[in-house]
Amino acid sequence: MSVMERHHLLFQGADWDFGTIQRIHDAVEAIGVGEMGLDVYPNQIEVITAEQMLDAYASIGMPLFYKHWSFGKRFALHESSYRQGLMGLAYEIVINSNPCISYIMEENSATMQTLVIAHAAFGHNHFFKNNYLFRDWTDADGILDYLEFAKGYITRCEERYGHAAVERVLDAAHALMSHGVHRYPRKKRPDLRSEERREKERHLHLEQTFNDLWRTVPTKGAAAKPPLSDERRRALLELPQENLLYFLEKSAPRLQPWQREILRIVRQIAQYFYPQRQTKVMNEGCATYCHYRIMTRLHETGQISDGSFLEFLQSHTNVTRQPEFDDPHYGGINPYALGFGMMQDIERICTKPTAEDREWFPEIAGSGDVMAVLRDVWANYRDESFISQYLSPHLIRQWRMFHLVDDPDQPDLRIEAIHDERGYRRLRRSLSRHYDVGWSDPDIQVIDVDLAGDRRLILHHHVLNRTLLHKDDAQRVLQMVANLWGYAVVLKEVEPSTGAIFQEHVAHPHETLF
Amino acid sequence: MYIIDRRLNPGGKSLANRQRFLRRAKAQIQRAVRQTAGDRDITDLERGGEVTIPADGVREPSFRRSGEGGVHDHILPGNKRFIEGDTIDRPPGGGGGSSAGGDNGEGEDDFRFALTRDEFLDLFLDDLELPDLAKRRVSTVETQGMRRAGYTVTGSPVNLALLRSMRNALSRRIAMRRPKPEELLRLQEEIERLEKHEGPSEQLTALHQELEQLKLRTKRFPYIDPLDLRYRRFEPVSRPVAQAVMFCLMDVSGSMTEHMKDLAKRFYMLLYIFLTRRYKHVEIVFIRHTHEAKEVDEETFFNSPETGGTVVSSALREMQRIVEERYSPDSWNIYAAQASDGDNSPNDGSTSAALLRNVILPVCQYYAYLEVGSDSDRMQTGFINHKTSLWQTYETLQEQGANLAMRKVNHRREIYPVFRELFRRRDAEAGARVP
Repeated sequence: MSVMERHHLLFQGADWDFGTIQRIHDAVEAIGVGEMGLDVYPNQIEVITAEQMLDAYASIGMPLFYKHWSFGKRFALHESSYRQGLMGLAYEIVINSNPCISYIMEENSATMQTLVIAHAAFGHNHFFKNNYLFRDWTDADGILDYLEFAKGYITRCEERYGHAAVERVLDAAHALMSHGVHRYPRKKRPDLRSEERREKERHLHLEQTFNDLWRTVPTKGAAAKPPLSDERRRALLELPQENLLYFLEKSAPRLQPWQREILRIVRQIAQYFYPQRQTKVMNEGCATYCHYRIMTRLHETGQISDGSFLEFLQSHTNVTRQPEFDDPHYGGINPYALGFGMMQDIERICTKPTAEDREWFPEIAGSGDVMAVLRDVWANYRDESFISQYLSPHLIRQWRMFHLVDDPDQPDLRIEAIHDERGYRRLRRSLSRHYDVGWSDPDIQVIDVDLAGDRRLILHHHVLNRTLLHKDDAQRVLQMVANLWGYAVVLKEVEPSTGAIFQEHVAHPHETLF
Repeated sequence: MYIIDRRLNPGGKSLANRQRFLRRAKAQIQRAVRQTAGDRDITDLERGGEVTIPADGVREPSFRRSGEGGVHDHILPGNKRFIEGDTIDRPPGGGGGSSAGGDNGEGEDDFRFALTRDEFLDLFLDDLELPDLAKRRVSTVETQGMRRAGYTVTGSPVNLALLRSMRNALSRRIAMRRPKPEELLRLQEEIERLEKHEGPSEQLTALHQELEQLKLRTKRFPYIDPLDLRYRRFEPVSRPVAQAVMFCLMDVSGSMTEHMKDLAKRFYMLLYIFLTRRYKHVEIVFIRHTHEAKEVDEETFFNSPETGGTVVSSALREMQRIVEERYSPDSWNIYAAQASDGDNSPNDGSTSAALLRNVILPVCQYYAYLEVGSDSDRMQTGFINHKTSLWQTYETLQEQGANLAMRKVNHRREIYPVFRELFRRRDAEAGARVP
């Protein structure tokens, strides 16, 4: 670029100070927002130490969280492997909040800080702000206040009801966390800010309407109400219900208000993290693509030196490395590699399309405006739909993907599809299904409850591909469900097409627990 | 854009979580700690370190699909030679190529993590206690002592507070304007001088009068008055007996092999760690004996070699002497642990028994006898119930209801369990004990 800019190295060597960070941020912002058209929340960059990073790891990356032993366990685990040198720490953690908080490690060199800021403070930040899942499901403005409230609330509960009682509720809620999300958008946008107020209102209402006299009023015995029809009864309870935590919070007959509130807290947090699970590939792909573009531009404009650029390339290639399946290092598909590969592939399709691309992606092939296409993709897709839409034959060939089926009834494993004409679509479909959490999480629903009789709760697991639940775990979790519900719970593993029942788990509540 | 430096924020954010975790997994961690302790050198014990606990107790279960059964499919990169419809032999172990997409949740059989030194020792020594310290606190909760508590106007002459009394007298004398002796002296000299030089005069009479008056005043206001007396006041106060003394008795005669000494040494070292950690005011007395006993310091106790016969009563006498000299049973909880190979000179048995029964045991809270044997003894004990002379002596005592604990140890790995057994918290089995 211009000669003048060549003398504007942002930094020299590995050292940095806060002035450097500010300069880096401004330079990155000029490219990210100015040239690439990213749309981000205001940034808040926090410098932390390795120990603080371990702390953050333990609480799922959040800056504040309620207390629970499982976080201590995670901390102990990370700490021990970190101290032994088995594990490096992430260069950054970024939080989907407004302002967007990025933690950067003090050990990072100036180049790494540039990379981290480009990656987290602009890449992830843009994705958080624009992707439809995050917009629909999370409340970036309210999350930190909500966590503060949750932490305080749980601490108060511990003081009032004892550690053990709170721990039991939290254990149970955590076990059900993966089944504590609404998978379909509801009428209202989440609003975590009002949660604290609503809890107070609920509490106040209980206090105001409390009248001990009601206890003494003689009752006439059960009024002979006409029994509700099964349909009506289920509708009243919003059954079937796949959000187990929601169902228990609203309908479990024997829970105390504070126990319901704890279930609600865990449910809200599960819901907040739900989009992240569904957009791992896209989110990392977006961030990696952004940092790659931005770093390359910084180098082109002479703002970082050749040495820095090489240092960046080295860690970039480490991150986006995809070992092949027979490599001893193979550990599944690397979301950074797949995401970055697909983003670059889209860039190629937009700028240098082949005849094949024009056939497969007529609407974007050769459109020229890469960023417009990518911004649209980042805003409107999740991993599953993104892969099923944009995984190109070119990339499948490049990765030499193949589809392997392991059917226990067959003596051998079978290659179902490879990277050829017949295989592209099938490969793409199968891969996208792997990223569908609705498909990868077992489908468990509350089907019915016998309120008039023994109040037994009936859950169904709709078995997919004849894969049953992990038996021991299922029994443990079911026990917790029974404790929350207060009455017996039965879980049936059902083949949805035939209605055949593979297995039944039953759990009875421990009377003493709640 | 804001840049915030969080590095100076207080650390240890996860401490509360860690404590919750340790509490949660306490039973398992404790078991692991004990296991680890068995493998380690005792001097190593204080270091803390890594423990492994079964993941079962700290598992976080969730509804998830099991890795076995059912159809699994994988999309893998890096195809080299496969074409559609190929079949591959199932890899051994039934993993089915799922080394790739394998169930990550299955991997956690054991859970390894590091404990700090304090955490380690806390868990290691948890639920151990100097026996009967609790009981003693309940029965004779405290000893009575006297404490200074100001002054009183009555009391025995022994407690007369001289300084305070004299000060009172002085202030009274000043207040009452009691004439000072030099004042009288001066007046008398004046009178003498006048009498010598001038003979009777009016002035002389006046002076005489004044002197008379002063003398009268002096007599009326005594130099020290019963009113002035103050006595030191003492108040009875009960003092908790939290101090304990631990006597370590060891036979170092020729019959003790290195192996046995090593066992005894380990036992005492364990004891030493335990005592110095759990109780603030514990003194330890080391007595080693052959045919004669000597109080020695720790270093000599463990390390210096000695030869001679074995007379157990010599050690008991030495202990008796030291108790009488320095550790009054009123204010000290006395514990003794004796280690020996069981040998005793034949004519000493009854002496030792009598000493123990009449002198030592009555002042002791607890007396533990640890018999150390050689490795090979282990096999013998199975069919020949061989009892050493000392063991027989003590067994008789025990049968008579003496407060005496006895254990036999042959191997290093038994030390810790025996130690635990001897010093386990007693409240659980208080009823079972000999009263």
